[in-house]
Amino acid sequence: MRVLWGFLSGLVFGLGLVISGMANPAKVLNFLDLTGTWDPSLAFVMGGATLSAFVGYRLVWRRSAPVLDRAFDIPKTRAIDRPLLVGATLFGIGWGIGGFCPGPAFTALPLLAPGTLVFLPAMLAGLWLGARIKTGGHLQAKGATS
Amino acid sequence: MEIGIETAFTPLASLLGGVLIGLSAVMVMGLFGRIAGIAGIAQGAMALSGAAKDRDWRWAFLAGLIVAPLAVMAGGGTVAQTVPDNLPGMALAGLLVGTGTALGSGCTSGHGVCGLARLSGRSLAAVATFMAAGFATVFVLRHIWGAA
Repeated sequence: MRVLWGFLSGLVFGLGLVISGMANPAKVLNFLDLTGTWDPSLAFVMGGATLSAFVGYRLVWRRSAPVLDRAFDIPKTRAIDRPLLVGATLFGIGWGIGGFCPGPAFTALPLLAPGTLVFLPAMLAGLWLGARIKTGGHLQAKGATS
Repeated sequence: MEIGIETAFTPLASLLGGVLIGLSAVMVMGLFGRIAGIAGIAQGAMALSGAAKDRDWRWAFLAGLIVAPLAVMAGGGTVAQTVPDNLPGMALAGLLVGTGTALGSGCTSGHGVCGLARLSGRSLAAVATFMAAGFATVFVLRHIWGAA
């Protein structure tokens, strides 16, 4: 059941990426190109996704627990700290170079573009590297814990 | 880096696709009680240190993502896609996206969609930061470096 519903959730997410145009790096890079070939479509993707999640979250949180798991697991960290800001900056630079964020890098895989076949393994290596840096605490302020 | 090719403004398709992404985020919360952040789901699937341990649905979710464009094509639709072909650039971009989302604990979906829907100030700070970095990077690559 968990595997089936996990697959369906991913399928719906992927269909959303493809239909919205977010799976196309050219469209993402044009959204980021305010002074050039600007395409504002992605604001509609973010708006539609965030508003529907805002409403939907409040409906499902009326339950005492999720359907297929024991408890809701919602991030409790509130700190706007150095790892968050350094990480978001690195991510933004990479997003601006490649036009891929993590979701579209996966949906692009079956089309086998050379850029995708280079980007995706590099991204997975980066996820591994970032997790190591984070658990190693290299970017934590002295005395802080996460 | 090449100057961009024009892409059509698609407000309705983008809004509809966005609603599907939001629906998926609600499914993941309602079914598994989790944030539908793709970077976090991939980290959990890879069982990286500090990541969540429930790997079963995460692998299935990633499989669903990969099947989605094939399903669109099987249904007679087209999947428009132009991927940059500067391979060293794409390697650097992938490394930065992976490292950055791991360090910053989230990406466009985790902080963007799910975090903003939770009204998280931390996620708002992350979104403002990666958007600003993205705008600045494209400006430099296309209009300063590209024009030189």
